[in-house]
Amino acid sequence: MTLLNIAEPGMSTAPHQHRRAIGIDLGTTNSLVASIRNGNNMVLPDAEGRMLLPSVVHYQSAQPARVGHTALAQAQADPANTIISVKRFMGRNLRDIAHAATLPYAFVDTPGMVSVNTAAGEKSPVEVSADILKSLRERAEESLGGELLGAVITVPAYFDDAQRQATRDAAQLAGLQVLRLLNEPTAAAIAYGLDNASEGVYAVYDLGGGTFDVSILRMQQGVFEVLATAGDSALGGDDFDRCVVDWMLQQTQLHGLNAQDSRQLLSLARQAKESLSDHTDVMITTTLSGANQFSLTLQQTEFWQITQSLVQKTLAPTRRALRDSGLSVTDVKGVVLVGGATRMPHVRQAVAEFFGQAPLTNLDPDQVVALGAAIQANALAGNHSEDQVLLLDVIPLSLGIETMGGLVEKIIPRNSTIPVARAQEFTTFKDGQTAMSIHAVQGERELVSDCRSLAHFSLKGIPAMVAGAARIRVTFQVDADGLLSVSARELSTGVETSVTVKPAYGLSDDAITRMLQDSQAYASEDAEARALRELQIDAQRLLDATHSALTEDGETLLEAIERKQIDNAITELQQCLQATDRPALRAASENLNRATTEFAARRMNRNILSALSGRKLADVGT
Amino acid sequence: MSITLSATAAERVQQFLKNRGKGIGLRLGVRTSGCSGMAYVMEFADTANSEDVIIETQGVKVLIDPKSLVMLAGTELDFVREGLNEGFKFNNPNAKNQCGCGESFNV
Repeated sequence: MTLLNIAEPGMSTAPHQHRRAIGIDLGTTNSLVASIRNGNNMVLPDAEGRMLLPSVVHYQSAQPARVGHTALAQAQADPANTIISVKRFMGRNLRDIAHAATLPYAFVDTPGMVSVNTAAGEKSPVEVSADILKSLRERAEESLGGELLGAVITVPAYFDDAQRQATRDAAQLAGLQVLRLLNEPTAAAIAYGLDNASEGVYAVYDLGGGTFDVSILRMQQGVFEVLATAGDSALGGDDFDRCVVDWMLQQTQLHGLNAQDSRQLLSLARQAKESLSDHTDVMITTTLSGANQFSLTLQQTEFWQITQSLVQKTLAPTRRALRDSGLSVTDVKGVVLVGGATRMPHVRQAVAEFFGQAPLTNLDPDQVVALGAAIQANALAGNHSEDQVLLLDVIPLSLGIETMGGLVEKIIPRNSTIPVARAQEFTTFKDGQTAMSIHAVQGERELVSDCRSLAHFSLKGIPAMVAGAARIRVTFQVDADGLLSVSARELSTGVETSVTVKPAYGLSDDAITRMLQDSQAYASEDAEARALRELQIDAQRLLDATHSALTEDGETLLEAIERKQIDNAITELQQCLQATDRPALRAASENLNRATTEFAARRMNRNILSALSGRKLADVGT
Repeated sequence: MSITLSATAAERVQQFLKNRGKGIGLRLGVRTSGCSGMAYVMEFADTANSEDVIIETQGVKVLIDPKSLVMLAGTELDFVREGLNEGFKFNNPNAKNQCGCGESFNV
């Protein structure tokens, strides 16, 4: 028997035509499902009243997969078949997964995306995520009393096209219709009703179990635009637990604990951490194996002290996101806290101090993303008369092309909102060059070798001209789905060629974070490397020009002694060319320049003479 | 000829109205559709229509149009939990037949 819910005025459905829609926060550590019932937005609990579903799946042979708490319980006993944090593998190749060797899984390097060999066969991250989603779907169907119209599923703002597509595929496999994928920070902002608030810039600070993300959003006319994202994919509440364990070990002078004891300490640490959000001290008492007993008291102030460095670590990405968005803290109108770890008072305090204002905290930080997704789902299902919230995305890393000497010319800077198109003109490097190889790359570094290669293609049919005369316009275009197409067009003839690539395909957020960090850490090395390459290119161009001049006029215009001087300068420059000694290279280039100045002048005079000879002054004057 | 809310139902309606932040009461009604001829309507009410019959029960204002009232007279609205699912249930003495799902009925 169907139980009825209260609808918005005029929005009653016909019998059997329910518009049940759900919002799903498919998290790295935990997942949640929320829905609006009787005008009430609520996270749907399981039969035991638990809101969070651990994002863990345990596979057994010839038995259905276990999902959630029961799967998590198997993590110690059967690590190889218990898939934890599968979100980190979504849309990834084996080579993209950092520390694959340290993980307990039998990875299979399947094309397109990595898989894991389990007792139930080969499982791709899409299938594992589908099992999690299926469990949430069943919970929602039981709670809402029937079939669902669809779901809004949240993804990190930095998720690329491959990861978004993998999430969609997982939903489809789980029998869910995806109404929309929604960025997590945007979902949080919607949960706080910021889409109905006044226009402005908002920051979303998301400190989860194992990941930290910070996003800067701009809300304009009910539309959220992600201005910038930054984060640390290996920083979360779990690190605070480990700090407390280290403190316990230091206090008790215990060493070499077995796995069971370590696990016990970790769970005690977590309880202590949670308790210290509301209490000024906590007593930690336990008996470990071998009758090892201890009883410790941890003060809130001491806990803050030992974890202060972790809190500080979140502020660097926060600063970076703000800088990338081109804004300062005074531009930020509101700050939203997401993730269970933001319950800790010293985290809240650090955020408040950084932004100079108290963050929004009245919603449960574990639930805020799912609640925002539910609001969006409800609107998309047609239960809500107000206009739906639109969304814009950004590209996570700069896109550019390789120029001479392995240098990168950035065409679209990172954090540009998509869709976007940018064009830049390039020219030929050598006389008579009729083809140009276009190499599209992604990354923040100055040298191609430090960036990620996306695509190679060539533009052929450039008319033969002197170096630098051809004009080739290279256009980069990223559509709303994050698909990049690159085209090159020679402007005088109109010959054109193009290629379509998926920009961030197979790039993990770790890799993205690392590439961003490297670009800052190596800024001075990169500048040095670029300067050297540029000198080398200039030197090579000078050598090429000298060679061709010598071939043409070396015999007729030069004395033997002059020729020898030039040859010596050439040899000297060639020797410096591959070295990294910039002053020497510059000196050798200048030397060759000097040695050829007279020669160049004679060629110029001779050419002018031959051009003028036999012509009347009147012809030349015009 | 009246309509009543069970204590649980009244408590829930009040809570939902409070969370919603606006609304003057609960609109109940009947419209013709569904597999057994008629279907229940249950909505938040933001405004009252001039012909509405307003019944106060358990501290909740219930708004019903006179035509629906005929079909609903004597009904008790209850709020029940069945497993994970929870929601409202009409106990309507006028309903002769219900469809299997209970969403529609005839008199």
